[in-house]
Amino acid sequence: MKHRAELKNEQRELHFFRIRLVVGAVFAVLMFALLASRFFYVQVLQHGHYSTLAENNRISIVPIVPNRGLILDRNGVVLAHNYSAYTLEITPSKVDDLDATIESLAALVEITGKDRKRFKKLLEESHNFESLPIRTRLNEYEVARFSVNRYRFPGVDIKARLFRHYPQGETISHVVGYIGRINDADLDRIEDSEDSANYRGSDHIGKIGLEQSYEKELHGITGFEQVETDAGGRAVRTLARTPPVSGNNLTLYLDSRLQEVAEKAFGEYRGALVAIEPKTGGVLAFVSKPGFDPNLFVDGIDPANWQALNNSPDKPLINRGLRGAYPPGSTFKPFMAMAGLELGKRTPSYTIHDPGYFMLPGSSHRYRDWKVGGHGAVDLRRSIVISCDTYYYGLANDLGPDNIYNFISQFGFGRKTGIDLDGEVPGLLPSRAWKMKRYKQKWYAGDTISVGIGQGYNLATPLQLAVATSALANDGVTNRPQLVKSIEDARSGAVSMLQPQSLFRLALKPENLELVKGAMVDVTRPGGTAAQAGMNALYPIAGKTGTAQVIAIKQTEKYVESRVSERNRDHALFIAFAPADDPKIAVAVLVENGGHGGTTAAPIARKVLDYYLLGKLPDAPTLVQDAATEEPDHD
Amino acid sequence: MIRRLLLRMVAPLDGFLLTLLAALMAVGLVVLYSASDQHLDKVTSQLMNMVVALGLMWVVASIPPQHLMRLALPTYVLGLALLLAVALFGDISHGARRWLNIGVGRIQPSELMKIAMPLMLAWYFDKNEATLRLKDYAIAALLLIAPVGLIAKQPDLGTALLISASGFYVLFLAGLSWRILLGLAVAFGASLPVLWSVLHDYQRQRILTLLDPSQDPLGAGYHTIQSTIALGSGGALGKGWLKGTQAHLDFLPERTTDFIFAVFGEEFGLIGNLLLLLLFLALIGRGLMIAANARDLFSRLLAGGITLTFFTYAFVNMGMVSGILPVVGVPLPLISYGGTSMVTVLVGFGILMSIHAHRKLVKT
Repeated sequence: MKHRAELKNEQRELHFFRIRLVVGAVFAVLMFALLASRFFYVQVLQHGHYSTLAENNRISIVPIVPNRGLILDRNGVVLAHNYSAYTLEITPSKVDDLDATIESLAALVEITGKDRKRFKKLLEESHNFESLPIRTRLNEYEVARFSVNRYRFPGVDIKARLFRHYPQGETISHVVGYIGRINDADLDRIEDSEDSANYRGSDHIGKIGLEQSYEKELHGITGFEQVETDAGGRAVRTLARTPPVSGNNLTLYLDSRLQEVAEKAFGEYRGALVAIEPKTGGVLAFVSKPGFDPNLFVDGIDPANWQALNNSPDKPLINRGLRGAYPPGSTFKPFMAMAGLELGKRTPSYTIHDPGYFMLPGSSHRYRDWKVGGHGAVDLRRSIVISCDTYYYGLANDLGPDNIYNFISQFGFGRKTGIDLDGEVPGLLPSRAWKMKRYKQKWYAGDTISVGIGQGYNLATPLQLAVATSALANDGVTNRPQLVKSIEDARSGAVSMLQPQSLFRLALKPENLELVKGAMVDVTRPGGTAAQAGMNALYPIAGKTGTAQVIAIKQTEKYVESRVSERNRDHALFIAFAPADDPKIAVAVLVENGGHGGTTAAPIARKVLDYYLLGKLPDAPTLVQDAATEEPDHD
Repeated sequence: MIRRLLLRMVAPLDGFLLTLLAALMAVGLVVLYSASDQHLDKVTSQLMNMVVALGLMWVVASIPPQHLMRLALPTYVLGLALLLAVALFGDISHGARRWLNIGVGRIQPSELMKIAMPLMLAWYFDKNEATLRLKDYAIAALLLIAPVGLIAKQPDLGTALLISASGFYVLFLAGLSWRILLGLAVAFGASLPVLWSVLHDYQRQRILTLLDPSQDPLGAGYHTIQSTIALGSGGALGKGWLKGTQAHLDFLPERTTDFIFAVFGEEFGLIGNLLLLLLFLALIGRGLMIAANARDLFSRLLAGGITLTFFTYAFVNMGMVSGILPVVGVPLPLISYGGTSMVTVLVGFGILMSIHAHRKLVKT
């Protein structure tokens, strides 16, 4: 019985299943009937209409790539422009045997090994229907030779294309950046943006620097052309044309001659310099040494050059001003001094007697001053002029980490300045909360001591230092640093100024500002740590030297420059603004492994200030005497 | 002796299915020759794809359904794990993360899911046959949603929808009640605005473009406009083999892969299209017959699910080419150029053949 019931059950189940199958079958037939009726509609009822369209399909729509906007410095000097040249391009999907085609092309037009390697790389990164350049910048003779033989090469064409060129080469390379061919990642971004139609036809896009951050302004609007084609798809004549709209031109605050002076002043040193106009926040110079030739990247960099740039220990591709985070060293002291004064922990007359070291109560660890034996009696003014560490050890301890963090962060340390370049790093201003999060450790009193002289966990970018210096110069008020001053609309020619945006506005007491600024002026006068660099200046310079340790020196050892390998030598820093009574320029200089701030960094700043304020080009390399007579700044 | 061995070896191959498959594949090669601008090497390479796929079909056809059943869970788990791996470490190509690099080459795990999904759900319902309740449908729905969600996130909306369809067919055939089906339909309609908001811009564009292709003639509408012109200009009788102007003047994108049907329709006209539809219908009919006569629930659900999924692929592709469905990047099964899709489709038919060969109840 049970067996029969089961069988019966199975029969019922099968019955239900078959009903469902029939429903499925009916659905399939209905959908196919829908298709059939669509086919009937399109192929019979609308046949005439579509035949006409197919006939007219001799007409194809071709995008016209707009001229990319120019980049100019404040005086109209061209930093990036376009020129037109012929390229020989292959559409790989239309070519049967690529290698053979390239071989026979090489008989007509010179194709070097570099060209081949670059083409191979482009091929790997390319998309289905793209045409890729095998040779760029053909001369007239080569164009003629190929044109005569064109019938032999289906899928190969000569195209007149616009090329990006950076006439300044290595100078300003980190600021201007470069464009490069659109890769998969770019394509992804473009497809997801509302701009995707605008990039039909474009094969370059800004990769880094201003070319990247102002891509939207620079690119322009793609135009379209209705072209009648022959049976082979080659254009016969143009029927209608929507012209492209060129990209907008950028004018910078930056002065390319000042930039050149600054870059030359670095000589063989690696490092960075950022100069800012305190009133506006406009960036006057932005150096990262070494630089690179951005022109290499435009048509796709060849592997050999790429290897050389990418693997160089000097890291020329890194924008040190924007992305290099260094301990600010003693350039931190003026800001610490402001904290002490503003928070009431120090008065101008408060004086310490520096034995050459500082000890925390109840500890025998000696935090050493850079000067063995100490500086004697030191008040706040003198602490800046001679860069006394002991003074700041004590001040830091009295302020405590929270006060330091809260006050100093107001100057922009530890967060991005928001400059109009992508990829900025925030640096690091340590706090208790940060240390707990990062190291799962509580804050020690010793941590505060080293933070007080800009060492320890402290990290700042040269850009941040320049912004903080500019803020000090401008009595606590500063704008967001801005490279681009104005944008010229390519269509109307109308120039619109970019409105400076306020970055911070600190309420600082005038007498405190006066004291700290005055002390900074004395830094560049006889007796100060940058006296040599300030010699015979025709205007007052406020400055502060700094030195950042690259390696830790043991308690019992003394740092001797000659004993330390070149790349482990200290970084030299200098911040300054001038004229001190009416600042027109604020500058931060970092020289990697440059040793003392006063001997290597300060002279670079002096050349920049001289050129900017006096229009004076530096003489033949001035040899700065060894600073043994002047006390070097060393922590 | 050798004859008997040979006979035994071909025994699981269903002559009727094989004839139809061969006919469609032959059509595919003929169109491909035209679509590829008469490049014989493309045809040869597709022929190789077919040989490999047919071999795999044969292997699968020789595995009895009971053994296939044991593979259901491992295949599904493997597929899901690979999809997870894609989400975490997959290669990005053309803006989507669909491929997984496994050293020797790249694989697209969503392809595996096309078979694994109906297999898994058929196994699941067979296992819980005696106690089928609402809870089981809910779990089945979860089994379906997990991989579909991962694929949709790649993003590969087309494949995600097709795999959901394949799972849905199994649920439907397993007897999901009409009330729930109605509820699902209502819920789907209600969730459309939400779906719309999570779509990528380009996906929205494709749907908007379907409503009015002329709005964006250079962008998303281009494919649809060009393929419809190809079909329409073909007329009732077609322009003749190798004579389609749309295809050969380079106006038709992806004309050997997703849009090969436009080449076919242009050259062979309405007559050709209807014949092609009939061939597909015959295959689908045969598949449903096999499902109806299969011997247990697992085989029935699997055969039915695979057949209806095959139908959906063909329908979606032809619908997209003729401009009644959005462009979702689905190849026309057995016709479009490409090895992966060929393998997936023929392995599916291998399963059908195996189910057919073991249809008789061997009950005492």
